[in-house]
Amino acid sequence: MNSVSMLLLCVAALLGLSVLAVAPVRTRAVHTLIYGGALAVSLIALGAAVAHIAIDGAADSTAVLPLGLPWLGAHFRIDALAAFFLAVVNLAGAAACLYGLGYGRHEEAPHRVLPFFPAFLGGMNLVILADDAFSFLLCWEFMSLASWALVMAQHRNPENARAGYVYLVMACFGTLMLLLAFGLLSGPAGDYGFAAIRVAEHGALPAALVLGFALIGAGSKAGLVPLHVWLPLAHPAAPSHVSALMSGAMTKVAIYGFIRIVFDLLGDPPWWSSMAVLIVGGVTAALGVLQALMQRDLKRMLAYSTIENVGVIFCGLGLALAFQASNMGWAAALALTAALFHVFNHALFKSLLFYGAGAVLTATHERDLERLGGLIHRMPATALFFLVGCAAISALPPLNGFASEWLLFQAILQSPELPQWGLKIIVPGIGAMLALSAALAAACFVKAFGIAFLGRPRSAAATNAQEVDRFSTAAMAILAALCVLTGIMPGLAIDWISPATLSLLGDRMPAQTIDPWLSIVPIAQGRSSYNGLLVFLFIAFSASIAVFAIHRFASNRIRRGPAWDCGFVEPSPATQYSADSFSQPIRRVFGTLVFRAREQVEMPPPGDSGPARHLVEQRDLIWDGLYGNIAGAIGFAADRLNYLQFLTIRRYLSLVFLALVILLLVLAI
Amino acid sequence: MTLIGDLILQGAQMLLVLLLAPLLTGFVRKVKARLLRRRGPPVIQPYRDLLRLLRKDVVLAENASWLFRVIPYLIFAATWVGAALIPTFATGLIFSWTADLIAIVALLGSVRFFLALAGMDVGTSFGGIGASREVMIASVAEPAMIMVVFTLALVAGSTQLSELAGFMSSPAVGLRVSLGLALIALIMVAIAENARIPVDNPATHLELTMVHEAMVLEYSGRHLAMIEIAASLKLLLYVSLIAGVFVPWGLAVSGGGPAAYAIGAAAYLVKLAAGGFLLALFETAIAKMRVFRVPEFMGAALMLGLLGALLLFVSRSL
Repeated sequence: MNSVSMLLLCVAALLGLSVLAVAPVRTRAVHTLIYGGALAVSLIALGAAVAHIAIDGAADSTAVLPLGLPWLGAHFRIDALAAFFLAVVNLAGAAACLYGLGYGRHEEAPHRVLPFFPAFLGGMNLVILADDAFSFLLCWEFMSLASWALVMAQHRNPENARAGYVYLVMACFGTLMLLLAFGLLSGPAGDYGFAAIRVAEHGALPAALVLGFALIGAGSKAGLVPLHVWLPLAHPAAPSHVSALMSGAMTKVAIYGFIRIVFDLLGDPPWWSSMAVLIVGGVTAALGVLQALMQRDLKRMLAYSTIENVGVIFCGLGLALAFQASNMGWAAALALTAALFHVFNHALFKSLLFYGAGAVLTATHERDLERLGGLIHRMPATALFFLVGCAAISALPPLNGFASEWLLFQAILQSPELPQWGLKIIVPGIGAMLALSAALAAACFVKAFGIAFLGRPRSAAATNAQEVDRFSTAAMAILAALCVLTGIMPGLAIDWISPATLSLLGDRMPAQTIDPWLSIVPIAQGRSSYNGLLVFLFIAFSASIAVFAIHRFASNRIRRGPAWDCGFVEPSPATQYSADSFSQPIRRVFGTLVFRAREQVEMPPPGDSGPARHLVEQRDLIWDGLYGNIAGAIGFAADRLNYLQFLTIRRYLSLVFLALVILLLVLAI
Repeated sequence: MTLIGDLILQGAQMLLVLLLAPLLTGFVRKVKARLLRRRGPPVIQPYRDLLRLLRKDVVLAENASWLFRVIPYLIFAATWVGAALIPTFATGLIFSWTADLIAIVALLGSVRFFLALAGMDVGTSFGGIGASREVMIASVAEPAMIMVVFTLALVAGSTQLSELAGFMSSPAVGLRVSLGLALIALIMVAIAENARIPVDNPATHLELTMVHEAMVLEYSGRHLAMIEIAASLKLLLYVSLIAGVFVPWGLAVSGGGPAAYAIGAAAYLVKLAAGGFLLALFETAIAKMRVFRVPEFMGAALMLGLLGALLLFVSRSL
């Protein structure tokens, strides 16, 4: 049995589980069956995908099912790129199932989650498997709808209902754009099979248009600015393991769609189109992380941070496009590898962080950072794993986030050799944006961990929190371990990505696993190298020496006492720094420009013992400026058109006649 | 046999930076005191302070977590590893390819990440204020540093520090505008990263302006000793980095023989002394700035770094 039929069977099994979950029996057993079954199926799918990558030079495996358009059928295919993304999606899926085994028990309305969860997993797999435009779009919509149903799981909350509405509108808009892209790709002949599209010639203008449509269509699903507005609403609204899947896996499926259309189907887009991708990516990265820093809702903060990481990935893709257009295959392979590696890493640590947020939510029923604190004492395991996730997403060596960020910087350092002046001017700026967003991400996750897990509890719920169940901690432990492992052995991951870059660009990074000590050397030893394993070992070694020497030869005694705080300790936990006060300096530095943030302090007059007030006002310029105006324009047009509903019969008849005349004129011309 | 020799050299470098770091701090303090016409403590005072702190009990706040106790060792180890990978007296040491300049910058980023977390652990307002300001400064200083790294890497065609230092001591470098910009930006970043005047004042306590000292306010005993020595190591790291890249003369190349190493070590000591003197001179000549002026200062560094990189993107010879 070839791998594509294996995966199609897995998808069928997932859809079967979905149907099973509709059964009116509501017991613990159904819950365990659904998540357990989905876990097993995801693991099998993961195994099949990994096997496809691991078998060097594995042939693409294809299948045609007699579904969909009668003259076309439904084509499915696994190549190196699809196998990589299938591995990412099914790894995140398996972790989500494991986490769901424990977390899902606290679900208020399980019948609103259980049927859609396996369907969502199956939908994501199908998008990656699809090999013709019709099935691709169909599966894409199926995935969107399944995730929409999961976003609406707690639909009585008006915020969630609004999130679901915005999500649905944006998803429809995105699919429309993809539809246009595929329409242009398949040309007047209308051959929707990817194989036919791949060999067809595309002119310069249609190619640029297709790239634009793909950027908007896939970008709206991935969360590119300014199409990101639905993401921070919808991702946190779903149950946490679904949030993790949406942020960790579904945005990756969108990125897969972009890569499939632009790198595979389109052939060679003109060089200047890469500038659009780079600029959108850089702006997305910087704006996403700044927004994340301003949040006090833990899950919404993570959703904004997803936007940042998607921006980072698109920067890598833009660089790869630029290098490819100038026939610098090795550099394009480096940039694409960096982007794909970051795809994998982000799936790992963002899932981990959402699980941590879910654990906090289970334990305290709070998402508001201002009501958390001190959880490291009450939830030690969750705290440790969340810390690993925070360090990984902040790109700290020797964890995995740093390895992909490092590769991306190495790719940027190759770009002065590009001949185009436009790229020469903007690429250093993109590098600065990436460095800025990495530094701000570190600030953001210091805030997340520091406010939620450190300090003193800010509410009774945080004081009485309990550690979560074993399934949840196991899922977090596995992902944290994977973050560390990929961080110290990045060469392994790079070698597994190489077949995908080879098939897309015809070039690959040099094999890394043959290097001594598992260091990664993108181009040559003399230019740059990094060894996560040795950095990790050195730090562990020096820290142990220091601990041993000091405890053995100096002092190892500890006395506990009240906190010092310059002698001003105030017992109320309200005197601690809060999430808002933590981000205040950064808000002052960047926020006045980006958010039009205004601060106002009202002091009571002397002698008055009333409280002082500090008001902060900030605006989301994209929502207000862009979407507000669009909504206003639509409302205005609807108001005008409303007039048409109250006409006399004569006017209606003349309108119909006029329409007929115009249509005939159009046909005649 | 050569392997053992290489390992010994690498070990010597690790010991050298560890032993010299408090001396550099003491030397800077002494020079500053003399410039202010005070006598100042002896240059070996930091060693005495460290020994005294190491022998004392740790007084731990009641709600301090395990993280609070682990972080001092972690940041000491990370800074030490970073400092050991910078070329001090010789280039091309056996582990010099383990981490390039970007990785070392990121390593210092991890130090800051964990130190900021330590500041927030006990849940006091001073710790929070320090952590919040530290990440604000870092959010501009780190991109500036990355831009400096880009400039250097584009000039030398490598992010490896040994290659970089080797290239900078070769005649191929010449006088370049971009390197001048990078040097100024690097010095500004180094001042901010080491919490020196005008960004922060290492000698202050109990003031609302402090950043670094506010984060470590709850530490005592051996934990404080670890943090102090990590701070000294960081100062040494930046001085060595500037010296190794911009004043690379006298650096021994790998396999150069004992004489070359001795010359390299002597040159290194001279460079450290000069760097420490200049730092003290600069610090006495300038006043500390308001904390919200710091982003402008760091923004200038970022712009200089960006300009340097941009010049190199436009022409490799600038």
